[in-house]
Amino acid sequence: MTFANPSETPTRRRGVLRAATSVPPAVGFGMLWLALMVLCALFANWVRPYDITQMDLSARLSPPGTPGHWLGTDELGRDVLSRLIQSVRVSLVIAFGATIISAVFGTTLGFLAAQFRGVVEHFVVMLADFQAALPFLIMSLAVLAFFGSSMWLLVCLMGFYGWERYARIARGLAISAGAQGYAAAVVQLGATPRRVYLHHILPNVASTLIVSMTLTFPEIILMESGLSFLGLGVQPPETSLGNMVGFGREYLTTAPWIMLGPAVVIMLTTLSISLVGDWLRDKLDPTIR
Amino acid sequence: MSPLLEANDLVRVYAGRKGLFGKAVPVRAVDGVSLRVNRGETLGIVGESGSGKSTLGRLLLGVDPAQGGTVQFDGQQLPEAGTQAWRALRARMQMVYQDPLAALDRRLTIATQIREPLDIHRVGTPEQREARVAELMRAVGLRPDQAGRYPHELSGGQRQRVVIARALATDPDLLVCDEPVSALDVSIQAQVVNLLRELQGDGRLSMVFISHDLKVVRNLCDRVAVMYLGRIVEEGPSEELFANPQHPYTQALISSVPEPGRALDSRVILQGEPPNPARRPSGCAFHPRCARATDICRGQVPDLIPVAPGQTAACHHVTGARATRAA
Repeated sequence: MTFANPSETPTRRRGVLRAATSVPPAVGFGMLWLALMVLCALFANWVRPYDITQMDLSARLSPPGTPGHWLGTDELGRDVLSRLIQSVRVSLVIAFGATIISAVFGTTLGFLAAQFRGVVEHFVVMLADFQAALPFLIMSLAVLAFFGSSMWLLVCLMGFYGWERYARIARGLAISAGAQGYAAAVVQLGATPRRVYLHHILPNVASTLIVSMTLTFPEIILMESGLSFLGLGVQPPETSLGNMVGFGREYLTTAPWIMLGPAVVIMLTTLSISLVGDWLRDKLDPTIR
Repeated sequence: MSPLLEANDLVRVYAGRKGLFGKAVPVRAVDGVSLRVNRGETLGIVGESGSGKSTLGRLLLGVDPAQGGTVQFDGQQLPEAGTQAWRALRARMQMVYQDPLAALDRRLTIATQIREPLDIHRVGTPEQREARVAELMRAVGLRPDQAGRYPHELSGGQRQRVVIARALATDPDLLVCDEPVSALDVSIQAQVVNLLRELQGDGRLSMVFISHDLKVVRNLCDRVAVMYLGRIVEEGPSEELFANPQHPYTQALISSVPEPGRALDSRVILQGEPPNPARRPSGCAFHPRCARATDICRGQVPDLIPVAPGQTAACHHVTGARATRAA
């Protein structure tokens, strides 16, 4: 880390340059890992060596390092690496989709509450309390048991996880901005509520929301893993990270590689997101550049 | 010519609350205020904290709805806050805030923020807006190279200049300044006051200048209204009011300003507790602290009566005759 001369005024270009050169190693690793995961998810069909349902019964439960099956095979002789790549894709789609749904939904409700106050606000706060008090896993189980599991239902259901946090944060910050700060000043300039919320309040609260997203994202991956583990999430023969861990548990003592692979991926991905999200929040804030 | 801004009998009541389960106590922050601001004139509003100055400023702009009374701007009733008509009117009436850092968006450069009213009200082409921003920055004394700065990179005085430049962008008729210098260092106050003086220069801009700093008010304002607990107790042309205050409260206020060459012990020191709008004394609200209070003060609310040409005061012990003799 170099010391910036306090008397010099950093131009924007230099700021970007410095940001690019001074990424902490942990964040750099997180970015690389996330990029790898995203590439995996995008090109899963080309990257994976075998089809996820292709069985090789003569090579069942081969340990990692076996030529042709570098991460081993499972109890049906299916290639663990191929299934892992497909799992990353499925889990990322669910987690990204759900995180975006819950962030958009929660932030919108929070802003509506802040803008209209009164009855609308009471209703939103009540909904948020209701959501927070609800054992989400049990509700998910009930919904999935009734309607059957499909990818879309799963994404939407996960999208309702954690929205109350965004709603509370967005409402609180919007109210405090409107009470005495810049938002009130912009309203007084004649701006429409749309402009006030999208141009001013949203960029100002984005850093907090991003941090909240980096907290929700891993939780959604874990939640999906939990549901899949319980057999109500992603259904076989389709596979997800949690699904793999769930089915791998029976072979925990004899063939631990079946579940260790996805478990490590879950851990590294959630960790990377936390690291990168935290760093991103600092970078997005011009006051602590 | 009709006045630019005319307020009649404005009332604003807040629901104060005592304790967790306490009953809501109505707090009359502004209680029957009437005033006029003529074109090109600067009206000062002075008073202690809690006297309803800032609330009055917000009522005059229509930011807060008044529970009673009317505000007329340029002969028209002020539209309700948040409506299209109210938003459009913002181009003609603007506000300068006490805390410039809070009033600016810390994520946008100051040029973007000064430009914002032009974008909102769709004034001119993008090139004209750029030119207007440069012109405004020059007018308030900001350097062109500061355009790309963020508010936290500027000093307090520079931030207040940004707020003033933003308020002036659409060339408004009325500027309400709510304690624009009280959050600034004394050395910087003078810069901002001088800037406001320059703005008065061409005589097109009317101002309502809210402050508790009598020196600044005296320096800037044509007329002054003194507020006590939500009411105007005395109003008059700045020179006369400061030279010859009639209301005991105004007298105490003015004598509290230290002046070189005057003994400090000649000051009128107010006794009793500072005003609390939640517990408003009966009759003349000032009577518990007034040296001249009598029974009539405790029972009857005094009306504003003319005491000198253009000067009015609300006190039972001030009569027109007395005032003429004094003047």
